[in-house]
Amino acid sequence: MQTISSLLPLFVVLIPFIGSIIIYFSKKSENVRETWTFLVAALNLVLLLKMAQWILAGNVYTFHIAEVLPGLPLFFKIDGFGMLFACVAGSLWIVTSLYSIGYMRPLKEHAQNRYFASFSLAISATMGVAFSGNILTMYLFYEILSLSTYPLVTHHQDAEARGGGRKYLTFLLSTSIGFALPAMIITYLNTGTLSFSNAGIFNQTTDPTLLIVLLLLFLFGFAKSGIMPFHVWLPGAMVAPTPVSALLHAVAVVKVGVFCVLRILTGVFGIELLSTTSLSTIVCVIASFTVIVSSLIALTQDNLKRRLAFSTVGQLSYIVLGAGIATTFGVVGSMTHIAMHAFGKITLFFCAGAIYVATGKKYISQMVGLGRQMPITMIAFLVGSMSIIGLPLTGGIISKWYMILGAMDAEKMWILVIYLISSLLNAAYFLPIVYNAFFCKDEDAQFPDKVKEAPLAALLPPVITAIGTGILFFYPELFLNFAKLAVGVN
Amino acid sequence: MIEQAPILIVVTPLLAALFITIIGLYRPLYSWVLTIITFVITSIFSFITLKKVIETGTIRYMLGNWPAPFGIEYVIDHLNALIVFMIAVVGLIVAIYSKHDVKKELGDKIPHFYSLFTLLVTGLLGITLTGDAFNLYVLLEISALTSYALLALSKGRAYIATFNYLIMGTIGACFYLLGVGYLLINTGSLNMTDIFVILSNNPTSYAVLVAFLFIMIGMWIKMALFPLHSWLPNAYTYAPTSTSCLLAPLMTKVSVYVMLRMMTSVFNYNYIFNVLGWQTIIVSLAVIAILAGSIFALRQDNLKKMLTYLIVAEIGYMVGGAWLGNANGFTGASYHIIADGFMTLCLFLAVGCIIYKIGDAQISSMKGIFTKMPITMIGFLVGAFSMIGVPPTCGFFSKWYLISGAYEAQAWPFMVALLISSLVNAILFFRIIEVGYFQAMPNEDPEAHPKQQKYNEAPISMLIPLLTTAAILIGIGLYTSEIVTYLIEPFMDNFL
Amino acid sequence: MEFIINYFNYIIVVIIMMIGLWGMLALSNLVKKLISMAIFQTGIILFYISMGAKIDSSIPIIKQAYDEHHHPIHQVINNADYANPLTQILMLTAIVVGVATLGLGLALTQKVYSEHKSLNEDEILESLS
Repeated sequence: MQTISSLLPLFVVLIPFIGSIIIYFSKKSENVRETWTFLVAALNLVLLLKMAQWILAGNVYTFHIAEVLPGLPLFFKIDGFGMLFACVAGSLWIVTSLYSIGYMRPLKEHAQNRYFASFSLAISATMGVAFSGNILTMYLFYEILSLSTYPLVTHHQDAEARGGGRKYLTFLLSTSIGFALPAMIITYLNTGTLSFSNAGIFNQTTDPTLLIVLLLLFLFGFAKSGIMPFHVWLPGAMVAPTPVSALLHAVAVVKVGVFCVLRILTGVFGIELLSTTSLSTIVCVIASFTVIVSSLIALTQDNLKRRLAFSTVGQLSYIVLGAGIATTFGVVGSMTHIAMHAFGKITLFFCAGAIYVATGKKYISQMVGLGRQMPITMIAFLVGSMSIIGLPLTGGIISKWYMILGAMDAEKMWILVIYLISSLLNAAYFLPIVYNAFFCKDEDAQFPDKVKEAPLAALLPPVITAIGTGILFFYPELFLNFAKLAVGVN
Repeated sequence: MIEQAPILIVVTPLLAALFITIIGLYRPLYSWVLTIITFVITSIFSFITLKKVIETGTIRYMLGNWPAPFGIEYVIDHLNALIVFMIAVVGLIVAIYSKHDVKKELGDKIPHFYSLFTLLVTGLLGITLTGDAFNLYVLLEISALTSYALLALSKGRAYIATFNYLIMGTIGACFYLLGVGYLLINTGSLNMTDIFVILSNNPTSYAVLVAFLFIMIGMWIKMALFPLHSWLPNAYTYAPTSTSCLLAPLMTKVSVYVMLRMMTSVFNYNYIFNVLGWQTIIVSLAVIAILAGSIFALRQDNLKKMLTYLIVAEIGYMVGGAWLGNANGFTGASYHIIADGFMTLCLFLAVGCIIYKIGDAQISSMKGIFTKMPITMIGFLVGAFSMIGVPPTCGFFSKWYLISGAYEAQAWPFMVALLISSLVNAILFFRIIEVGYFQAMPNEDPEAHPKQQKYNEAPISMLIPLLTTAAILIGIGLYTSEIVTYLIEPFMDNFL
Repeated sequence: MEFIINYFNYIIVVIIMMIGLWGMLALSNLVKKLISMAIFQTGIILFYISMGAKIDSSIPIIKQAYDEHHHPIHQVINNADYANPLTQILMLTAIVVGVATLGLGLALTQKVYSEHKSLNEDEILESLS
């Protein structure tokens, strides 16, 4: 296993950043701006794939940015897990850019320069989080992400956006400053280091009460992971335009949160420490609570995006639960689920947006019979929900399988029960949508007139990502290998 | 020339003040140019001194070659070298910035403004450099008197506010003088190093205790520590813009420096923390200062007044950090002097640009300001993020040290107060961002809120200092390690 | 009684300072505040000077003795004959500062009067709020 220092990670983080500045100032024409967006996204992906080859061979990249505190540098260290997340975010960014064009242009949205520039900046911050080598670097990019996504969430600049934006920032900033920051400092003062390591950085002599307190502070401090009760910002952030919800709140922002939590669990506490103390149980209990309660709430939501938001909250806690089990299969499964869920959820959000662009409808009760007019969209929706529920032929089942195996390894049967119940609940709130869209009586159908599918740029992305979930079923190694490398298992 | 650098730092602005008045009679613009030249020279000298201190250690400069306990001595060690540089750079930035603003607000008093400006910075530089207790009083009064005059240059409520400041400031300086008198009786010397040696060797008496008390209270009045802060909000709010840009970052921070200097180089650590043992009380006072400053700031509609209450909270940070009694807390306090100086400068510069263009500083009149003055708001945002404590700006790192110190000293109220104040700062600044960014609410009159403000940015000579300061904030943050390793730790090796 | 005799200078200084301090904070007329400030500073000045006084001492100016050829003769100085000049010099500076502050304060008072038409702080605050 080689560790080389390379500028590649820096480029991957800097290119979207510089891109955002260029995009913001390209006021001449929409096409110029869009070209820049695609160029930057494509360049990023190429670099990521180049890095991926190296990482898959079992090596590690590092890059030292600056030593900001005596003995505590900002640096990048990319291992399998970081690469997994970066690849997910990078590949979905291009698809979302295409979708953004298809969504924003027909609706003639305002301030599109600011929109695309903030998007680019947010991706830059996401890459930074993925590549972080210690808690400090991760915290830095986490905060930059919170701030750079604020203009995106509040894009519509009306009263609703204001309220949503307020909730967004209140929850994210107060938890990161109030919980994560002291936890980080206390960890540093007790251990002398903040760098992630597979064996964890605490030694045996640390006071167990302190460990529990730190665990809780970290879990709730990275509120982007949507663990209840600090999940309130997520449904509130649905006031954003759908491409924002799609990429950020199904992929980038929430995945950053859960990535941070996973990094803390595996790199700061360490799987061994978690499994040998009561810490594992605490994580599992908190995550299970969120999984069940959010699924129940999702059942009651009529606004499609809100239902998807609560579904996301539940799925994120799946991932945390998988890591909380603290066995190798569980952790591998949870890391892979980041990728599987990302593809599945983004498909669902794309479909929701396509429906809005084509028909203007936001509520599920208004979408009866839609499948007959927009079959492609609804089939993509079906595939996406199958991935979330965990049905075969979609990628979601692979990661759930690993997590179930992990639960059996840890002999925590109650977690198995939680998984089963939540899968049933997932089916309960997704399948009726599809059923009603296709199979309903003619007189109940809400669309007597012909409704066309959404424009191509808004239709193609959900199809691409739906096919993606299918591909992931047949070739899960694409992401599974990264996860296995990260955990150190073959 | 290089050996005389320490005294030249103070003498240059002192002499220049005279010439500025004379040249200003001929043509006011030239007084501005001369001010800038003076500050460039001063910055160069202070930078030379800074480098020399990093390389060789403490510099002792004897005025008039009179040896130490008999003559006045300027001592430049790691603590004040960087602060001197900061004062010179802040003076330079505000001098460049002030051109348009002074012409607009103080049209006929331009040369008076610049000569008072230069004298004020002379006083501040002297306070920071001197190693003699009484010399410090003299320079303290120089800076105080010129600040009263500068603050009263604007019309209206400034007069009564400055009068109040005059009374309080004189009480503070006189208390300091009284304290030095007690020290003189006990030790027979005015030289700080000499007093330190004498006090360390002899058992202490009540007179030394009273001396310490008077000096501390005098400095607390000068730095506006709650509850002695009542003069600050009014005095800085009604002052002319450039004056508040100069005073807000510097005056209170230099008083904090004096407190640190007194605590470490005159009275020793053992006396303060072991014999007196007041740290719990003072840290509690700091906690109240932080919370009170933050709460009062929430209630303000005037942006400038809100910032002055934030100064009160930041002073609480520094006093609490210094009185925690451990290395991290003290590092946090000294680093925060630099960080807060530049943060406050950045915010006041931005507010000054807004006042210059819009006319007042009420938050409610800042609708749509992001489209109208985007570059100003970028500078404002960087300052705001530093106040909130977002990395990589310097505000984050000072909070790091202060929280570390609080954890080590188990001062939980202080840690909680730090976190709460960060969150309150976030609320305060995002309130402003909301007003500037969002369109009219449904119940507001849409006509009163133009959908798209026209681009109407402040002049370049005001923007460049603002953006430079914003860049400095991020630069100081990224270079925290160097600052702490080269400047703060060597100082603490000597005194803790 | 012993106490008062031994420390009477300090007691008087404290009384003067407290009168000044009370005046600055409690009185509402601006000019009275300034006068109290002057009283306060005078107290401190007296404190310093009384610090330097010695029993049966004279002013700290040495009368130089010369010989027939107008060369200065080396003299032995007895410290106890002269009061401590250091504190007196410090207080010269402090007096100057006090005068300057008083002048500035009076100029400000003039401006306050021209602006608010009153010299009473309570009235001014009432008219502002």
